[in-house]
Amino acid sequence: MIEFTTWDILRNLLLAARWTVVLSLVAFTGGAIVGLAILFLRISKGKAARVFASGYIELFQGTPLLMQLFLSFFGLSLLGIEVPAWLAAGIALILWTASFLAEIWRGCVEAIPKGQWEASASLGMGRLQQMRHVILPQALKIAVPPTVGFSVQVVKGTSLTSIIGFTELAKAGQVIANATFAPFTVYGFVALIYFVLCFPLSKSSQFLERKLNVAHRNH
Amino acid sequence: MGYVFDYSWLGQYSGVLIKGVWLTVWLILVGATFGVALGVACAWARALGPMWLRPIVGGYVEVIRNTPFLIQLFFIFFGLASIGFQFSETTAALTAMIINLGAYGCEIIRAGIQATAKGQFEAGWSLGMSRLQTFWHVVLIPSLQRIWPALSSQIVILMLGSAVVSQIAAEDLSYAADFIQSRNFRAFETYIVATLIYLALAILLRQLLKGVGWLLFPKRSAAR
Repeated sequence: MIEFTTWDILRNLLLAARWTVVLSLVAFTGGAIVGLAILFLRISKGKAARVFASGYIELFQGTPLLMQLFLSFFGLSLLGIEVPAWLAAGIALILWTASFLAEIWRGCVEAIPKGQWEASASLGMGRLQQMRHVILPQALKIAVPPTVGFSVQVVKGTSLTSIIGFTELAKAGQVIANATFAPFTVYGFVALIYFVLCFPLSKSSQFLERKLNVAHRNH
Repeated sequence: MGYVFDYSWLGQYSGVLIKGVWLTVWLILVGATFGVALGVACAWARALGPMWLRPIVGGYVEVIRNTPFLIQLFFIFFGLASIGFQFSETTAALTAMIINLGAYGCEIIRAGIQATAKGQFEAGWSLGMSRLQTFWHVVLIPSLQRIWPALSSQIVILMLGSAVVSQIAAEDLSYAADFIQSRNFRAFETYIVATLIYLALAILLRQLLKGVGWLLFPKRSAAR
């Protein structure tokens, strides 16, 4: 039997953690783009667009991410293409992230006083111009802390992609635990690496929120 | 080449699905009850408890909130088993859910407790209430009422997250779906059905929690 040193375990986990980071970045970036589109639909004037957007949000927030991953994996293969796990994982995570970001950002847009809409409308701005020049710049400021906070959920969410066979940190942990017969150490390290990735994000979200609250109180 | 959807297996496997739904429901009902209780205890410890206890509870909360539920589950089921603490699949799943909700619940409830004005404590004591009575009637119940919506969302998130307990072979709804799709070779349809059941459960759970909120907190004029 081959002996595994602690360093062997940690080194291989860290190598796999790169894929967790890459997948998190892809999911977050893609989710932000799709989420922005859903946000525009959600607060648009057309009823059909609003119904579609809230249905989308309800569907993706009301079902397990695991089921979404399976549906993405098996659904894409119905189209007759060989689906690599990373593609199915990326698509499902992007759509899932988008539903949460759209809802978080809607709250931020709605927190902007109505007078801002009315004032900009009275200046003859169109809806897109209002969003671009008046609403979004102000909403962005209050959106940063909860958005950073949600990024922690994205990093943790990527662990589920191990179940459809994408080799990232959680999957590597399973493989190494099975090879070394040391699940306590291996999953301990896996948890530690996730913690190192997530904790700074959580803390900076809290820090930004406190800073924002102070800024608001000084008005 | 068109794909023909086939749901004819539903009748044959409805028993398996119902058994899976039952475990998912049981896990969330028991898990949420004990998880909220743990959350209350931790929130008390973190906000008002002895000084030596506060950093310990704080560490627990941060570790749980910054690691994936799947890894917590694996650590409890595989990791602890390897050093001599063996649990059944269902017990491990339930334990992981309670520990997970305990940490999130702690942060949510603590926010409610810390929003209680100091004068409220003093008012409670001046009425001759003991510390425990003051905590329960003056601090905790109004706090819970304030944060009930946030706590409810967290419980729904936990129910959806519990789908991964199938990975340690706890026989919940997602396990039932895995089992069925390995027999009928209709993976997409099977997961569609399971997903819709989860959606229905999430909607029902939200309504149930709203009802529980109404029961626990009948309109209190002095809630704030």
